[in-house]
Amino acid sequence: MSEPVKVAIIGSGPAGLSAASRAAQLGLSHILLEKTDHLSDTIFKYQKGKRVLATPERLDLRSDCRFAEGAREYILGNWDEDAANNKVNVAYHAEVAEVTGAKGAFVIKTAKGDVFHAENIVLAIGTQGNPNRMRCEGADLPHIIYQVDDPEDFKDKHITVVGSGDAGIENALGVAEEALENTVTILNRSKDFARAKAKNVADMTEAGENGFMLIRTETQPKLVEPGWLTLETPTGEERIECDVIVARLGSVAPRGFVESMGIEFTGPDREAFPKLSPTFETTVPGLYVIGALAGYPLIKHCMNQGYDVVEFLNGNKALTPADEKDLAAIFEKLPQKKSVSEWLEYLRTRIRIFADVSPLQMREFMLDSKVAFYSRGDVVFEKGEPGSSLFAIADGHAVVEVGPDFTVPIEEGSIFGEVGLISGRKRGATIRAGEDSIFVEVSRTAALKLMAAVPGAKRVINRISLERQLLQIFKGGLTVEDLEPIVEDPAIERVPAGKVVLAEGDEGDDVYVIRSGSMVVEKDIGGKPIFLRYLPAGSFFGEMAVLSGEKRNATVKAAVASEVIRLKGEQFKAMLAKRPQVREATEAAVAERAQMNSFIESRKASYSSAVDLYSDTATFIMKEGLGEATDALLIDENLCVGCDNCEKACADSHEGLSRLDREAGKTFAHLHVPTSCRHCEHPHCMADCPPNVIHRGPDGEVFMEPGCIGCGNCMRNCPYGVIRMEAAPPEKPSLLRWLLTGFGPGPGEPSPKWTKKQLGDEKPKKIAVKCDMCKGISGGPACVRACPTGAAIRVSPEEFLSIARLEEDAD
Amino acid sequence: MASLFQRRRSKATQTERVRERRHEGFLRYAGFRWAKISGGLCLLIIVSYALVDVTPRHNGGSWYGYTLGTIGAGLILWLTALGYRKRKMTSTAWSLKAWTSAHVYLGLSLIVIGTWHTGFQLGWNVHTLAWALMMLVILSGLNGVIVYATLPAALSNNRDEMTQMQMLEAIRAFDRQLHSAAQPLTPADTAPVLAALDEDPFAGGVMARLSGRYPDCATAAALRTLSLSNSSDREAREKVIGLLKQKEAALTRLRRHLKIRALLEIWLYVHVPLTFALIAALSAHIISVFFYW
Repeated sequence: MSEPVKVAIIGSGPAGLSAASRAAQLGLSHILLEKTDHLSDTIFKYQKGKRVLATPERLDLRSDCRFAEGAREYILGNWDEDAANNKVNVAYHAEVAEVTGAKGAFVIKTAKGDVFHAENIVLAIGTQGNPNRMRCEGADLPHIIYQVDDPEDFKDKHITVVGSGDAGIENALGVAEEALENTVTILNRSKDFARAKAKNVADMTEAGENGFMLIRTETQPKLVEPGWLTLETPTGEERIECDVIVARLGSVAPRGFVESMGIEFTGPDREAFPKLSPTFETTVPGLYVIGALAGYPLIKHCMNQGYDVVEFLNGNKALTPADEKDLAAIFEKLPQKKSVSEWLEYLRTRIRIFADVSPLQMREFMLDSKVAFYSRGDVVFEKGEPGSSLFAIADGHAVVEVGPDFTVPIEEGSIFGEVGLISGRKRGATIRAGEDSIFVEVSRTAALKLMAAVPGAKRVINRISLERQLLQIFKGGLTVEDLEPIVEDPAIERVPAGKVVLAEGDEGDDVYVIRSGSMVVEKDIGGKPIFLRYLPAGSFFGEMAVLSGEKRNATVKAAVASEVIRLKGEQFKAMLAKRPQVREATEAAVAERAQMNSFIESRKASYSSAVDLYSDTATFIMKEGLGEATDALLIDENLCVGCDNCEKACADSHEGLSRLDREAGKTFAHLHVPTSCRHCEHPHCMADCPPNVIHRGPDGEVFMEPGCIGCGNCMRNCPYGVIRMEAAPPEKPSLLRWLLTGFGPGPGEPSPKWTKKQLGDEKPKKIAVKCDMCKGISGGPACVRACPTGAAIRVSPEEFLSIARLEEDAD
Repeated sequence: MASLFQRRRSKATQTERVRERRHEGFLRYAGFRWAKISGGLCLLIIVSYALVDVTPRHNGGSWYGYTLGTIGAGLILWLTALGYRKRKMTSTAWSLKAWTSAHVYLGLSLIVIGTWHTGFQLGWNVHTLAWALMMLVILSGLNGVIVYATLPAALSNNRDEMTQMQMLEAIRAFDRQLHSAAQPLTPADTAPVLAALDEDPFAGGVMARLSGRYPDCATAAALRTLSLSNSSDREAREKVIGLLKQKEAALTRLRRHLKIRALLEIWLYVHVPLTFALIAALSAHIISVFFYW
């Protein structure tokens, strides 16, 4: 029906709009296809007044559309103006249903039946997918919404939630909050809530029993009218009052649609992205993918890519990406002078883990990395330092100080620092440059991304790390050759939390090495399991049976989900026979452990209650998930007077928000584990942070640097509920002023009421807030400093469960 | 003494920061450091008082008396500063526990410093008023130390992992259930239940809060009335009685919680105002002494 265009752009979000604007500016014939009646639907659906952040700050914006931090309305307004000024051709209500043809002659059919012809296609459809719409009569009325950004936008309303998956239940619970005084009804087509998590169903049932919401099963909407909703119930039709309908009926992920065009992905898992060339071209010539769908969730990236992709399409081969100057800055300090692309190629060809990485991926990994020149003898990191980045040797070699006067070289192209990456523990050895060298430091997140995206890199890292970990544990008495048979075919076992790896009294002589996670050792004394020891990642166990040839003398089970490497008894014995050093080290470890066991057994006889308490406390601590903690806040409730000065100090040391909830949490024998960050070995919060701002700091703290976009992923991923989504309250009047005149909210987190009064109608952006262990505050964690009675302490599980503490308690 | 004051501040670097890992309460802080300092100070005063010969006799106006008076007044002002220290979250290394420990033991030493400063000359005047106020502040503080040392465990046992908000929420949940369960009851039986629903868990005044006794508790009254009544349907009534019993248990827990918290706090409402009265009397005492010199 229409003239063929040079490029059709599907999706009018930041990426698509920027691409269309560029095309218009270049005078290319183009069409921008948008499925709704407005531009940029994802941002359009943000709540009113929501602040949109422009991260990352260091990246320059290269687009014909404006973008700077501001409220949703401001940004959308700018874009509407820009689209008009740039004379972008937009086709609204054009939901693409099918794409056929090939480069030069693509045919795009929309759901309405329109047909567009294009030589090239740029796909910028994001990752949100299409929410399934309501299908009953009146389903297009504006009071039907498909997401709830902030439950507090709804007050004193009749709200009906349709759909009983997790999203629906969570939204219903949100708006059913008592203070909001909403009348909430949730509808479910079937009898039970099979699709939702048990916890959500339990919460909803409880809310139902308490009268906070009405749960209607086997009920569906039949007719939507303004203010009213007609339901089809098992006993006939019923008309209820309804001001807002929240429809959470699931959505169709875009991957199927993308694959239907013939585009290949990097892998089968959910995190995979389409395979792309440096010019964003997919495996289908003439088809380009940019934006969130290409793996770039931030608006600025999207807009830059929109600009770039059209420039590439237009034949601009000299264009360097907007991150060029950032990359140039990374290579600036190196002694040799090369262009950015020469450097990237240099690293790619020299470093083993980068061998399979595409040039586009290489750029991205390097942005999260550092490259530095080290002179011979320079220390890269010291033993015992916290750190989880991965180093790769681009030039020269490194030496590991394994023991006194004993070093092991690491050759060019290889990596080091991978133990920190995998186990999250402190550095196991000091590393120096063996000659004048160039090392690349890849951040933990970038390294994990690399492993996920490039299977070849993952294999290399895993193999090397396994080899090193074993070398490390056996104190350098072994060589790489000794480990060859083990590393060739490693028996890596995943152990879920609580699972027994070795049971007391079992036969067997396999030795295990804890690769990640942690274990607890227990022994049956007097018919009761007594806690003997906590084993962090990097320890080994099961060696006693090999040396003595007897049955297992204690039970070992996983404190948290862990990974162990199983070494066959014969393999281990062969190693011991070959290397007397290893035998000595193992025997020393066995002797020490045996001594500890007999100490506890002897104590058990004389101080039975102290040992029981120690053991029960240890069990409690492990049950509370502290097995994966590196530094946790504990409160001795024999001393805590409940003044909440810890919370106040926390709020006053940060931006006025407390990162801990003293009263909440479990207690055993007056030992209380408050809701506060434990700085996990493998932080769950880091798992999915789009702007990648969660890091582990030099003191082992897991902290967030500025740049949070407020997506809430970390909050949902944290199993301990220690991350809040909150906006910093306005500045308070000074303490003296409060003391003398009573003006202001006083110390600690101001009440929401006070904050609301100060802010008026302004709605600042809520971002994730978590404990940073008072990073950068020379006095150390404020919660502990501000405790008047000494009830608050910060400890790691190893320290807390040490034998010293048992002796202290027994005295 | 030098070793007693040794600071570990020098270690406060970015990577090896001062960390309070030792698990000890404010009374035992640093091996009773401040108890030792304070005890030593008292001993010094008592001994020197006996040895120093002041003519015609020991009194507040001698050089010895002035020395003790200056130390005492300075100490009082410094002890008052705890209230500021506690609330001012500066970033340097300091421990409120250490401050509390020093506050307690040095505060107790004021009994000796203040009393020996008077030369045991007490009378009905502003000077003795200052001394008396000081003793009252110390006594109220002593009460604070005792409740801090004894009540936290009880607070912890009573709350049984529940937060105060959860306790209130539990009571509200019983109220909602009571509301629907009481629908089939007769009006005579409904009235006390409604009264119980209207009850504010925080009502009752200071005495009720501190004693934990609420003789006018509407929930208990409803329970009594319904146990004796036989007007409504038996099953419905028993359900309501069951709920009332649960609510009463939840109320008891909350009231015990509030009582312990009140006991942990009430002494401050004596200690702090008396401190300000003391500072006023102390100022009057000092000014009058200089005025009539």
